[in-house]
Amino acid sequence: MNWLTNFIRPKIKALVRKTDVPENLWDKCPSCTKMIFHRDLEANQRVCPHCGHHLRLKAKRRLELLFDDGTFTCIELPKTATDPLRFRDQKKYSDRLKDARDKTGESDAIVVAHGTIGRLPVVIAAFDFDFMGGSMGIAVGEGLVAAAKLATLQQATLIAIPSSGGARMQEGILSLMQLPRTVIAAEQVKEAGLPFIVILADPTTGGVSASFAMLGDIAIAEPGAVIGFAGARVIEETIREKLPAGFQRSEYLLEHGMVDMVVHRHQLRDTVIRTLKLILQPTPTAEIVPLLKPVADGAAASGPAS
Amino acid sequence: MTHYLDFEKPIAELEGKIEELRRLTSDAGVNIADEVGRLQSKVDKQLRSAYGKLTAWQKVQVARHPERPHFVDYVEALIDEWTPLAGDRLFGEDAALIGGIGRLAGYSCVILGNEKGADTDDRVKRNFGMARPEGYRKAQRLMKLADRFRLPVVALVDTPGAYPGIDAEARGQAEAIARCMEICLAIRVPFVAAVIGEGGSGGAIAIAAANRVLMLEHSIYSVISPEGCASILWRSAEQAKEAAEALRLTAQDLLKLGVIDSIVPEPLGGAHRDRGRTIQAVGEAVARNLRELIGQDGGVLRMRRREKFLEMGRQGL
Ligand SMILES: [Zn+2]
Repeated sequence: MNWLTNFIRPKIKALVRKTDVPENLWDKCPSCTKMIFHRDLEANQRVCPHCGHHLRLKAKRRLELLFDDGTFTCIELPKTATDPLRFRDQKKYSDRLKDARDKTGESDAIVVAHGTIGRLPVVIAAFDFDFMGGSMGIAVGEGLVAAAKLATLQQATLIAIPSSGGARMQEGILSLMQLPRTVIAAEQVKEAGLPFIVILADPTTGGVSASFAMLGDIAIAEPGAVIGFAGARVIEETIREKLPAGFQRSEYLLEHGMVDMVVHRHQLRDTVIRTLKLILQPTPTAEIVPLLKPVADGAAASGPAS
Repeated sequence: MTHYLDFEKPIAELEGKIEELRRLTSDAGVNIADEVGRLQSKVDKQLRSAYGKLTAWQKVQVARHPERPHFVDYVEALIDEWTPLAGDRLFGEDAALIGGIGRLAGYSCVILGNEKGADTDDRVKRNFGMARPEGYRKAQRLMKLADRFRLPVVALVDTPGAYPGIDAEARGQAEAIARCMEICLAIRVPFVAAVIGEGGSGGAIAIAAANRVLMLEHSIYSVISPEGCASILWRSAEQAKEAAEALRLTAQDLLKLGVIDSIVPEPLGGAHRDRGRTIQAVGEAVARNLRELIGQDGGVLRMRRREKFLEMGRQGL
């Protein structure tokens, strides 16, 4: 319990926070390049209404779409060392961090929240790609470890939603060490007999793909997401060959045995609910269940017309 | 268009006559109900006599009948909230061996099954029901998932056998089947398997080392196909009929041998003549067996499963 009070101190934040985006702007679909009215794109869960391309989602928006009634409680991420290597490239890492924080309003590239989905307790750890490409450093690793601890404490399902280019180079070897740390987090949830579900969003690559993201009991991918270890450009430069169309996309992974299903964002919540209930509520709730499915759905529910 | 097997010739002729009469009626408005009734009872009599004493070879033909219900038909009719789960996390997704979670009679189960395919394209996609190592590795993964969440496992077997190909060998077909069986025998959850068509050797037992093994009345289960056996032991595939008899591959013989636990009766004239009733009968039998097993201690389920297989071979025909 000490850990809970010291570390995460659940803090109810504004649940459905409206971001201040001008409502009359147009977005351009990166896939079909058609223009989409901003409000329409948001209303469609950032799925292009023309071509079905799934654009990236902010972590908080994902949480809203998945949790019951769009409500959830974010936990404060544990304090970790910032810029342990005093790293600088063209810019100081500490400055990059500050910029990312100002830009996203998040403390790092992961948001951890708890709530219910289909009335079942769930902890979600969702990546925010806008925060330095969703890269995984100490804080993100710590976020996943905290999420796993919270899930076991609450006897909840853990859902991880990576959207990340990989490990955060600016933290050097310490970001690489987040691979085993997040693997341990995933294993702790599994060892507690709780489901660990991964929803692979665009992109899931590098060290993030090669750790907790590939260890889900159930692996769901969003359509068209780039999922893989090495970047396409690195592979092309190494093998000096053009890569096949659709390489490292969700559908390619499905075909190659790496994910259970590719699910449209509009069906994601229902799919998660159905899967969780199948796993966690295995016995029938009613006394007598007919063996054959009823011919007409809802025929029994609607009752006599009189 | 009904597909008739060679021994069904007399039935085909009678049903042809009925068809013709019906066409006449609609043309001329003649009442031929009596004649149709008379012919129909002849058909039933023929079916009863033919299907009452099918030879082993005839059962092979019935088990492979193109209109016999397949795995996907069972899922469609029996399983609620069907959620297919794909992939072995190693190499590929094998469409010849389907797996997923769904509810049978309300109970959430992991369901596995071979699928031969419905039409030419589908049959090619599903490799005629012959799984590669990735299929068996997916089955392993899903059985482990079932074990983790204490979900019963149901397997519907219908395969000519595991795929005999270079790629399958290169990826360790034998290891994949062996490991699959190892997990069948290790899981601590209720496990019911049903042979619904062909139980082709290692490709079948890989997902059928279960607490209860059921067989449809005219399905077959064998260490080798009669053709394969004939070409090895008779040095000619022509002797498949003799081989089928010798192999004792019928449900009735296997029950006597203690290899299976019960037989699910098929409708008159075989599963293909009443697909709906066949599917329901299998569903009811599987659900009944599951209900008997659910609630039993996991360790006991595993021990009894192992003991059952250890007993096999200690009793002949
Ligand atoms: Zn588009």
